[in-house]
Amino acid sequence: MKIMIRGNESIAYAFKLARVKVVPAYPITPSTLVPEKISEFIANGEMDAEFVPVESEHSAISAAIGASAHGVRVGTATASQGLALMHEVLFIASGMRLPIVMGIGNRALSAPINIWCDHQDMMSQRDTGWMQFYAESNQEGLDLGIMAFKIAEDERILLPAMVGIDAFVLTHTVEPVELPEQKDVDDFVGEFVPHYVTLDPAKPATLGSFGFPEHYMEFKFGQWIAMERAKKVIDEVFAEFEQKFGRKYSKVSAEFVEDADIILVTMGSMTSTTREFVRKLREQGKKVGLVKITVFRPFPKEELVNVLRNAKVVAVMERNISFGFGGAVYGELAASFAKEVKKPKILDFIVGLGGRDVTFNTLQEVVALAEKAANGKKVEEVNWIDVNKEGVLKAEGLQ
Amino acid sequence: MYEVRFHGRGGQGAVTAANILAIAAVKQGYYAQSFPYFGVERRGAPVQAFTRIDTRKIDVRMNVYNPDAVVVLDSSLMDVIDVTEGLKDGGIIIINTMKRPEEINLKNYKVATVDATKIAMEHKLGSMAAPIVNTAILGAYAKAIGNVKVEHVLEAIRENAPAKKEENALAAKDAYEQTVLGW
Repeated sequence: MKIMIRGNESIAYAFKLARVKVVPAYPITPSTLVPEKISEFIANGEMDAEFVPVESEHSAISAAIGASAHGVRVGTATASQGLALMHEVLFIASGMRLPIVMGIGNRALSAPINIWCDHQDMMSQRDTGWMQFYAESNQEGLDLGIMAFKIAEDERILLPAMVGIDAFVLTHTVEPVELPEQKDVDDFVGEFVPHYVTLDPAKPATLGSFGFPEHYMEFKFGQWIAMERAKKVIDEVFAEFEQKFGRKYSKVSAEFVEDADIILVTMGSMTSTTREFVRKLREQGKKVGLVKITVFRPFPKEELVNVLRNAKVVAVMERNISFGFGGAVYGELAASFAKEVKKPKILDFIVGLGGRDVTFNTLQEVVALAEKAANGKKVEEVNWIDVNKEGVLKAEGLQ
Repeated sequence: MYEVRFHGRGGQGAVTAANILAIAAVKQGYYAQSFPYFGVERRGAPVQAFTRIDTRKIDVRMNVYNPDAVVVLDSSLMDVIDVTEGLKDGGIIIINTMKRPEEINLKNYKVATVDATKIAMEHKLGSMAAPIVNTAILGAYAKAIGNVKVEHVLEAIRENAPAKKEENALAAKDAYEQTVLGW
């Protein structure tokens, strides 16, 4: 059935269809509609779950851990400062190998206060041991939300997962979404099966206890192995989803790349506008391609190297910045090419921070710089696009 | 692709109007997308919302800069902001006002007017102080622009109005009949 919904509702429907049993949540812009919609589902009797209104995001994720350790499927949602407040607890969820799924309305971090889209919130949680998926559309938000449970709960993985939907550009945008049938999702996701000891008064056990130096590293190595195995399991689950629901997903997807001299790398909702722009460039005979990263953790190194190695220039466009280095995607992509002999020039483009619109003009500027690099001219390694550079340089006393 | 911008004040329902238009367009077999201006909403403050309509899947996710049509839910906004900003030459502007199109001083554009406030009050939508005009204005949209037919607009209103579904549909129908085209 085709329905018209906002991205936040995609996450809520994913939780409902996956028959999530506990949703602890603390509302924050722009993801507030997720807990709102879920409480509505529960109040209407459409969803059999416990909604736990908590006093902070720190408590939301803590309650999610308690509920998951009890042996049920758990989901929550947050964004920006809320996700940042969860930070220390995120390590506990992954360290305890609890397959919690969290929807994130990807939003900038303060200061200055900003409620709009960028990926800094999820990027800042890169090393917490959670898998990370980024949706391009509301359909992807729903589908990835459903698949995240199956991947996270796979006995070979048992790691929590985040599904990012871009603030406002997806969270508040209404568009058509194909809603799968409940019975098909039941068949696909299956019942929640706890694979470890659960919180049960009849069988007392200690969970999340002390790990002395003689044991701690083995736990971390286990998480490393699980995240490496996730690469294969994600492919399997994506393939099974395609077979059952007809929609294709890949950790990395490529369009117009076969003969491309320049390839634009994107993540999240900016992919759509970029695709439209690349189509226009192709009509003009320009050999430009597009590569979308859907899964950022585990990082799809091999796939990216394979699809990008023949380009002259790879332009990574990203909505995050690691001050003192560059964008996170650029850093990982460049590192992925370290042992390769044949490699493209890789350039970083910081775009769309704090909701600055990523437009055809933005893309035009990126492509112009990439063309310059393709012609052997010097281009900066890290480029800030759509920024009033003169104003900032002056304010910083440099002009 | 056809792009529409709605201007209203917080609480008048401009965002819902944009959403319902998208839903109606999809009922008609188009692809559509709608979104609010990504701002902080406050009652009474100027609000913008957008709808994109196309015959194929829409891959554009940037703001609307050059709409084909503009819908103004509150004509007092025209004293405060330039509602025609970026509107394509010859584009359509639909205004909720008691005035007739020839009384509106907007050159280069096609002007349509409707007294959506009166119609909303006749159907007891919202309060006398703050009538909700968003459904009536969609009837005017169907009349003035016509790429989304009135029956799809009415159906989308009946399915999606949060309350007084039939009254909202009737308001749209009345507005459809009472809209005055200035061309």
